[in-house]
Amino acid sequence: MATVFSSPESALVLGRPSLAEVTRTVAGIVERRTPRAWWVAFALTGSLTLVLLAMLGYLVSTGIGVWGNNSPVGWAFDITNFVFWIGIGHAGTLISAILYLFRQRWRTSINRFAEAMTLFAVACAAIFPMFHVGRPWRAYWLFPAPNAWLGLWPNFRSPLIWDVFAVSTYGTVSLLFWYVGLIPDLATLRDRAQSRARQVIYGVLSLGWRGSARHWNHYEMAYLLLAGLSTPLVLSVHSIVSFDFAVSLLPGWHTTIFPPYFVAGAIFSGFAMVVTLMVVARQAFGLQHLVTMKHLENMNKVMLATGLIVGYAYGVEFFIAWYSGNPYERFAFVNRALGPYGWAYWIMVAANVLAPQCFWFRRVRTSLPAMFLISILVNLGMWFERFVIIVSSLHRDFLPSAWGMFRPTWVDLLTLAGSFGLFLTLFLLFVRFLPLISMSEVKGMMAAREGV
Amino acid sequence: MTGGPSGSSVYGVAAEFEDAARLLHALRELRRRGYARLDACTPFPVHGIEQALGLRRSPLGWVALAAGVAGAAGALLLQWWTGSVAYPLVIGGKPFFALEVSVPVAFELAVLLASFAAVLGMLALNGLPRLYHPSLRHSRFRRASDDGFLLIVESDGPHFQPERALEALRSLGGRQAEVLEE
Repeated sequence: MATVFSSPESALVLGRPSLAEVTRTVAGIVERRTPRAWWVAFALTGSLTLVLLAMLGYLVSTGIGVWGNNSPVGWAFDITNFVFWIGIGHAGTLISAILYLFRQRWRTSINRFAEAMTLFAVACAAIFPMFHVGRPWRAYWLFPAPNAWLGLWPNFRSPLIWDVFAVSTYGTVSLLFWYVGLIPDLATLRDRAQSRARQVIYGVLSLGWRGSARHWNHYEMAYLLLAGLSTPLVLSVHSIVSFDFAVSLLPGWHTTIFPPYFVAGAIFSGFAMVVTLMVVARQAFGLQHLVTMKHLENMNKVMLATGLIVGYAYGVEFFIAWYSGNPYERFAFVNRALGPYGWAYWIMVAANVLAPQCFWFRRVRTSLPAMFLISILVNLGMWFERFVIIVSSLHRDFLPSAWGMFRPTWVDLLTLAGSFGLFLTLFLLFVRFLPLISMSEVKGMMAAREGV
Repeated sequence: MTGGPSGSSVYGVAAEFEDAARLLHALRELRRRGYARLDACTPFPVHGIEQALGLRRSPLGWVALAAGVAGAAGALLLQWWTGSVAYPLVIGGKPFFALEVSVPVAFELAVLLASFAAVLGMLALNGLPRLYHPSLRHSRFRRASDDGFLLIVESDGPHFQPERALEALRSLGGRQAEVLEE
């Protein structure tokens, strides 16, 4: 088990800060004057978000044809982006729920950050299927409400409707989990607030929390329950997303390995995103003593492990395609690696399977530039994985007469770029206005270590 | 009602302790001396405080379980009723209702309702949200969300003597021992 204080390379908190110093460091980020670099970053990501809004406005006013989706590739960039963003979210829930149940204390200073990432990733993901359906103003038809005058109800025998329930439940429960975790820290910000506006806003958000022992008693039970509920939930979300594919009959999609393969890939990509953002954030806000090399190294180890699972899944898919003796299945996989989208396949293999192998070396695992580069590669590779699964399977299925090619339009590309803008904008707002490290949990961990 | 120093009703007395160990010691000692209604305000959940205060295990688990079962049952009912009664539609010759295909939605709704029950139940049991509490009047209350540990002796009836409680708190190492008015 990792120690809280000890040698610099394995400690979870460096330099024995006092409780008040933890408060000052974390709450100080929110209370200081907005740094100029934040405004520069916000201007950039905010502009990208406007690009997203413009693209969605153009799509709605013109029609779904401004995207490159066609027949046979009816699910293209939009569903690729959806699966990609949902996957990113998984690291947050894994860190906050599963590692909590396993009493992995190193989760403590990164869970808030990762949970916020989950929420923003789910928000980005939800945009794509909503606009994919073509008439987003009728998106509420996805929910079981007796809609229009026809008395239509959703078809619950379809995995697509399971997906609606899985993703919306996931988003909602993640929000609850995140908010419950924030309440004690919001009370800290309320108690430190100088201006009237801050007192009112943080006062309302903290719901009158006063840290009473009776509060904590129920609070810790609620937190444990949410962790216990989120654990099967996070495993279910990408399993159900994978059913969208696996339950169909399309060669390349119709495989039983999809649920565990998707879940492992989701955790893999999510951890890559946490590392990408955390390397920057801890430097920018001077949090090196709370988010230590130990945290980053552990995350890199998780990436290595899940990267191996993903690599194994790629191999098994090919083996089963050969072993099944099904000519369509065999063709789908030969076409995946050597067909017109083979370049995407090899980007995926290089970034997802080969790049994380560098993490076998401790030197690489503990090098900030190396892990930043590899995490970016994994993000890229995991996006390509979804692209490969969706587009390469759809574009050549059973009958050659029905084959086709997909090319993204400029709207596709700018919408994807814009979704990153939205994600990063939400993130910048989060680090500006909310404590990005859970102060009460870090203090609790420090006190437990002191033997109190 | 006990007359406090300013003549209004007294909620209790409170003092600040330097760390969790001293707080726990004082809590145990005060309970031994017969003070039954004790509480503490701390910046993090202090390990062992439930035993020191004699708090029972939170019943939230049962609340969440009931909500989860209701969620799953409701989801099964919804899928059966919409699929076989309100809008029966033959799709690929599949049955109108089958337990197997109903599992994912039932699971999701069970988790959703249980999570809401856990959070709303926690707030309800804690009496939150609320705008005011007498402990806010303590001069060191704001430290309790930073690095201070507040011990509160609540008045338990007309025989409560704030002066004696203040003295007890001071003797156990409490600083800023103050009377809290309602």
